[in-house]
Amino acid sequence: MKIKYDRDACQGHNRCYMLAPELFDTDDEGYAILLVDGDVPAELEEKAQLAADNCPEFAIEIIES
Amino acid sequence: MPDVPRPPVEDWATDFDHTHPDYAASAPEIWDDLRERCPVAHTERFGGAWLPTRHEDVARIAKDTEHFTSQGIIVTDWRPEAPRPVGYAPPITSDPPFHAIARKFLLEFFSPKAIDGWEKTARETCRELIAEIRAKGLDEFDAATEYAQHIPVRVIADMLGLPREDGDKFRVFIHRIIEEPGQNAVESWEDTLDYYLDTKVKERRENLGDDLISYLCTADIDGIALQDEHVRGTIALLIIAGIDTTWSGIGSSIWHMAQHPVDRKRWITDPEVRPFALEEFLRFYAPVTMARLVAEDVEIGGCPMKEGDWTLLPFPSANRDPEAFDHADEFIIDRQRNRHTAFGLGIHRCVGSNLARMEMRVALEEWMDAFPDFELVEPEAVTWSTGQVRGPRRMPVRING
Repeated sequence: MKIKYDRDACQGHNRCYMLAPELFDTDDEGYAILLVDGDVPAELEEKAQLAADNCPEFAIEIIES
Repeated sequence: MPDVPRPPVEDWATDFDHTHPDYAASAPEIWDDLRERCPVAHTERFGGAWLPTRHEDVARIAKDTEHFTSQGIIVTDWRPEAPRPVGYAPPITSDPPFHAIARKFLLEFFSPKAIDGWEKTARETCRELIAEIRAKGLDEFDAATEYAQHIPVRVIADMLGLPREDGDKFRVFIHRIIEEPGQNAVESWEDTLDYYLDTKVKERRENLGDDLISYLCTADIDGIALQDEHVRGTIALLIIAGIDTTWSGIGSSIWHMAQHPVDRKRWITDPEVRPFALEEFLRFYAPVTMARLVAEDVEIGGCPMKEGDWTLLPFPSANRDPEAFDHADEFIIDRQRNRHTAFGLGIHRCVGSNLARMEMRVALEEWMDAFPDFELVEPEAVTWSTGQVRGPRRMPVRING
């Protein structure tokens, strides 16, 4: 599983950071920072899906490999 | 109370009035009805206004800063005087490109990590209020006026470096501005939010502290200090938007819990459900309906919106749209997929959303710890606010056990 984050669509709702802090941090202004590059570790796949499913701006996309 | 009673609404699809007491009493039913048969309602009141009810339409308007301007965000009988793109209360009343400049001043103060630093203040406030309630020794009291309403007031007063005792004043200003806009007796200049804030900004410019007002007093745009009107407007925004809204969110959550013992038990016994429960409270009881003015003619949901018309953005209605949410009309305490719009969508996403969330979480944690078993004294006695912020304003509860 890969995860794609669209910085232009992000409005800093911080839902991903709250649900999956292992995958997302936030910058000083509250916009998301994606912490994984490439494949999502297997044990975090559920959290990645959760982050994507709760983003009000549809800024996170999951790509199943 | 309004000076003049609002005329009765003939048909909510063609003559809606969100400031009418009937709307306060049954807004969710009105949205559901309109969403099925309309779905964009209109009224000649307020000089012409629209009420979209579907998630799709609300989202489209919220993200379209070309056809819609934020110069006006509270629907009134008149049109706003403060010119675009700044508006009366930047950044909420601002349009691009100025909006991003004005918003940047606030973002760092309201990021999740910055807000963590205020949790202690919020928790102490909740505990003080509960101690005050207990000291009275009553098993019946008003949870809206004796608990929920004080929490956001005290925290925002501390953030701004304003006296907590001024909280009652803030509530009067807010009530006039967003719950009964244009329906209030004319007040003296000395009795307005603008006068109050002008005085405070002047004081702060002469005696800087480490609060948010002081920061704004020293901020600049390209080397030019922010104008007094900008500082005043931004502080007005934080007071207006930061108090009624969170009070409503806390109050609605308590109202729900009072009537749902199964959800109370789940909250108490399963701490892992709490983050999901909070977002479901925000979805199901989203307090805030925003508004825009139409800047250029545009068609939404088949309706011709004309320049100068108002349009409301009822985020709570979008949150109950079955096209956007499974079982939209059900409160599901552990809902896993919840892209709710309680804090808006697009560039105007509520800048205080992390503060509001933290306050709601702490207020509920402390309440449920103190009063795990409670109920409404009389469900019909609960009253809800009118206008663009929805929450219980009178809510007598009985504590059991």
